[in-house]
Amino acid sequence: MRPFRYHRPADVAEAVAVLAAEPEAAYLAGGTNLVDLMKLGVQRPDLLVDVTRLPLDAVEELPDGGLRIGATVRNSDLAAHPAVRRDYPVLARALLDAASGQLRNLATTGGNLLQRTRCVYFQDTGKACNKREPGTGCAARHGQNRDLAVLDWSDLCVATHPSDLAVALAALDAVVEVHEPDGPRDVPLAALHRSPGEHPERETTLERGTLITAVRLPALPAARHSTYRKVRDRASFAFAVGSVAAVLDLDGDVVRDVRLAYGAVAHRPWRAYRAEEELRGRPFSPELAARAADAELAEARPLRHNGFKLPLTRAITVRTLTELAEGARS
Amino acid sequence: MSTGAVGRAHPRLEGREKVTGTARYAVEYPVDGVTYGWAVPAAVVRGRITRVDAAPALALPGVLAVLHHGNAPRLAPGPDRGLWLLQEPAVHYRGQFVAVVVATSLEAAREAARLVRIDYDAGPHSTVLAADHPGLYRPDQVNPSYPTDTAEGDFDAGYAAAPVRMDATYRTPAYHNSPMEPHATTAQWRDGRLLVHDSNQGAAPVQATLAELFELPREAVRVVAEHVGGGFGSKGYAKAAVVLAALAARQVDRPVRLALTRQQLFGPIGYRTPTIQRVRLAADADGRLTAICHDSITQTSTIREFAEQVAVYTRSMYAAPHRRTTHRLVRLDVPTPFWMRAPGECPGAYALESAMDELATAVGIDPVELRIRNDAAVDPDLGQPFSSRNLVACLREGAERFGWADRDPTPRARRDGRWLVGTGVAGSSYPARARAAAASATARSDGGFLVRIDATDIGTGARTALWQVAADALGVPPERVEIRIGDSDLPPAGVAGGSMGTASWSWAVIGACEALRVKLRQVPGGAPADGEVTAEVSTADEVRDQPERPRYAYGAQFAEVRVDVDTGEVRVNRMLGVFAAGRVVNPTTARSQLIGGMTMGISMALHEEGVLDERYGDWVNHDLATYHITGCADVERIEAHWIDEQDGDLNPAGVKGIGEIGIVGTAAAITSAVCHATGVRVRDLPVRLDKLIALSPLA
Amino acid sequence: MQGGPEQETTTDERHSSRVAFEVNDARRELTLDNRTTLLDTLRERLGLIGAKKGCDHGQCGSCTVLLDGRRVKSCLILAVTLDGRSVVTVEGLAGPDELSPLQAAFVAHDAFQCGYCTPGQICSARGMLDEVARGWPSAVTGDLTAPAELTDAEIRERMAGNLCRCAAYPHIVAAVRETATTR
Repeated sequence: MRPFRYHRPADVAEAVAVLAAEPEAAYLAGGTNLVDLMKLGVQRPDLLVDVTRLPLDAVEELPDGGLRIGATVRNSDLAAHPAVRRDYPVLARALLDAASGQLRNLATTGGNLLQRTRCVYFQDTGKACNKREPGTGCAARHGQNRDLAVLDWSDLCVATHPSDLAVALAALDAVVEVHEPDGPRDVPLAALHRSPGEHPERETTLERGTLITAVRLPALPAARHSTYRKVRDRASFAFAVGSVAAVLDLDGDVVRDVRLAYGAVAHRPWRAYRAEEELRGRPFSPELAARAADAELAEARPLRHNGFKLPLTRAITVRTLTELAEGARS
Repeated sequence: MSTGAVGRAHPRLEGREKVTGTARYAVEYPVDGVTYGWAVPAAVVRGRITRVDAAPALALPGVLAVLHHGNAPRLAPGPDRGLWLLQEPAVHYRGQFVAVVVATSLEAAREAARLVRIDYDAGPHSTVLAADHPGLYRPDQVNPSYPTDTAEGDFDAGYAAAPVRMDATYRTPAYHNSPMEPHATTAQWRDGRLLVHDSNQGAAPVQATLAELFELPREAVRVVAEHVGGGFGSKGYAKAAVVLAALAARQVDRPVRLALTRQQLFGPIGYRTPTIQRVRLAADADGRLTAICHDSITQTSTIREFAEQVAVYTRSMYAAPHRRTTHRLVRLDVPTPFWMRAPGECPGAYALESAMDELATAVGIDPVELRIRNDAAVDPDLGQPFSSRNLVACLREGAERFGWADRDPTPRARRDGRWLVGTGVAGSSYPARARAAAASATARSDGGFLVRIDATDIGTGARTALWQVAADALGVPPERVEIRIGDSDLPPAGVAGGSMGTASWSWAVIGACEALRVKLRQVPGGAPADGEVTAEVSTADEVRDQPERPRYAYGAQFAEVRVDVDTGEVRVNRMLGVFAAGRVVNPTTARSQLIGGMTMGISMALHEEGVLDERYGDWVNHDLATYHITGCADVERIEAHWIDEQDGDLNPAGVKGIGEIGIVGTAAAITSAVCHATGVRVRDLPVRLDKLIALSPLA
Repeated sequence: MQGGPEQETTTDERHSSRVAFEVNDARRELTLDNRTTLLDTLRERLGLIGAKKGCDHGQCGSCTVLLDGRRVKSCLILAVTLDGRSVVTVEGLAGPDELSPLQAAFVAHDAFQCGYCTPGQICSARGMLDEVARGWPSAVTGDLTAPAELTDAEIRERMAGNLCRCAAYPHIVAAVRETATTR
């Protein structure tokens, strides 16, 4: 780890100003990913700006029925918040399925969205990775890629986004409140993360130095019937090999509204708009759910070792929506 | 006079230290002027170092030295070229330690290790085991000294003539021992003598290796391993950490703490070789085996031969007139594989016991009954009667406890909601052996006793078990006995491995205690009035003179699994093992050992897989986030039982060893249960959802 | 010989900080290399060896301690961030003469073998029981809005962040269950 300076800013504006003036600075929040990557030599900031003591740790219920979650709210506090458990179970479940109790006590809302891929080649400085070192190549493309992307990858990068939380937030149409050098701005969650394309080293649409200050959830009464289904290689404490966040609103048998997002399939949390289109306005059936998943996955291009992610994602789509539909009917 | 300590449950003696955080492990001893070593791994698979530029590393504050082949203290070539570290520019595998940084803080050491610039000339390499690898050869013997191949009768003819035949190939990936405590050492030189606090499974062999490498008399090397955070075979001999720490401490003339990083444990400290195993079984219509053949293919490195005895399990497990076993090996540009819990038996039993299950299906006989029908009265390999063989008793009691009797063998017949449920069984066995050991027993004038032996407790409960054995042998309440282990200054004893620890060490402890009692009979009053009386014995002669004969522990493993019909996710509802392992000294610690072994078997069946990237020649999933070991949420119900077994032909304590048998057979029981649940036989471990997802009605 | 039993700070002033925090109820003030983790501070500067280094990357749980009462992985926390905060390690759980109920239950149930993950398991269990007392749900909680009930399945899930290669898991669950029901 390179020696670094440490700074605790007094407010958001100062934090952003410091980052703007320091090209090799990084924000430090929960540290569960950054400190890990600094030890590995993957990230080498020369200044850490500790944002954990900024007043960004509140969860507010908004007058319109939505929720505003401060960027430094810890994952465990968010999962335990009564409004989240009651109104957004998909969010609570995504948080609880992630990492371990100890890590959830550290990890923050903002940091979770910005965590880096868990691609093993990215994490090993002895191996080629365009995300870590642009131009060095992608060892994963023709390497061991069971855990990597099936959708929207490029020849330069086949990494997946590891967050569970982000998948739930994608389904909930969350809005990310950020503070840029020019001032505050709202970014839809769906527009926060980028496809790898020609620049896998750029993971978000945020300008360098931008600080996430909060995440806003719009009021979504239908989200009371929502859930998150994560599939992994052991019962707990593992990253997803497939996941689905789903909100289902039925009018009788007819799908009035549906929100669907996938994890572990792409460089960003994958909002399944095409599947939603297939579902919306039609009488729900498992067969319809399967057709919807097929529509979403039609353009998938599995890699050598991860073809199973397609049937898996299809299966958990059908299963999760069917269970939500049964729950709504009963 | 026995006080009945043996056989009684007792919490482990060092329990308080372990739960309060005061038990000291290898790099936790206070030392003045401590420095930190950090190992630097090679970045190529095969080649030569052409240049080392240590300047950027040395320029950092706090960095004292960068050791490499060009400047490190010289070592004598020992028996293991893998330990001849920093002596030559040659690189034999990726991850081989080629430099060590020493600094006055961990932070400086880590950063300096990154800054050491090493240039290489890299050559072509071969790192992937394949059944048709051109380099396959027949080793002279297999670990530790078994014949490479065996043949009895005429397998080919017997196989060809049988009405029922089964031929399948099973594959297991590389497994990494992954003890929670990494290989770690504190090394200090004083007046030409070397003291190491080291995480190992046997201080004496580490002492011997260090003495050889550093060309010192053994007495000049002291190795202390009082508490060891697991080893599972990987700490059975001196490994890189202790050698690097000793080299570094000599170079900087200060004490050095050196712990390998978690990532560095994936390879250089040994691992279980991948295996490719073909098993062929032939039987008559009643399921009586007529021919058995087990062909094993495994890998070793280019610097040392380690030939895992994969097919040896098959030589003595089930009877048949025509039998053959073979081992073939290939030297790859990889780290040398080494012991991992039940080397040989563990992967071998996975294949043979799976094949038995497949045969049971083929002949339409219950798999428990099939094993009972093929039980061996005499050892098929040696042709001698077993000292005791209670496989059938384990199977019967296990079937009873597990509720096997009404099992419908039809695959995919049981459901619980969206879960497919299935059950499976496997037999298991593990040799009961002993090594020579020495121990001393001392009577003190205060009525207390001190027993000293260089045994190692890597979590097995050895310390407590030996204390119980000593109390009974001395005929005193255990509270009056103190036991001291884990130090090469104590009477020498062998490594904690091969399930030989308690058998070997208790033999010496009982001998020392009995010798002390004889001595004390000469003392007026039977106890020293002042000072001490000590007796020390070695079992070398007795162990050497013990007649050769087949001695084994046995077990039967039962598993019930559920498989998510939609996703292929597998969970183990329950595991039950019944074992015949001679006398059980301490039921508390014995149960923990057996359950621990069985759980590592679950891990093998469902979770673990070293994933190698041929281009880089190493395992890409080299941490605990990506190399999954079984966690708390994966173990739902697990039980270990044992039958009462008296075997007078073992050792004075009558024990067979329990460290390894728990893992043997477990993976086969689970994969057979998965097959019962789903109809899918997975023959390449681990069983993961991607191998079962095709079943899904939703996929 | 130079230095004491502690490791040295090997950076200049710009890259180090004066930090004051509490460890096991005692105030500690140290000058630390900013790079030093809480785990290394405990082990290499304060002589508190209870928290263990199993992976150094938050993947095993052996380094678990309580930070302001919550369980955390100390290998991922930079000590420089801890000014004014309070840390409790396994050394701070026992009274002078007797073990805490959790520690005693771990011994009684043989909830460990090699013991290396044990301090982390115990600190994790301590923090976890408080989480349950606060009504926090887990991934296996059926009804997220109901009070948390500590079934064995709940204990297993909530303790999943602490790996034990010796696999004392069922005994850990038993020790935690016993502590939860008797306290």
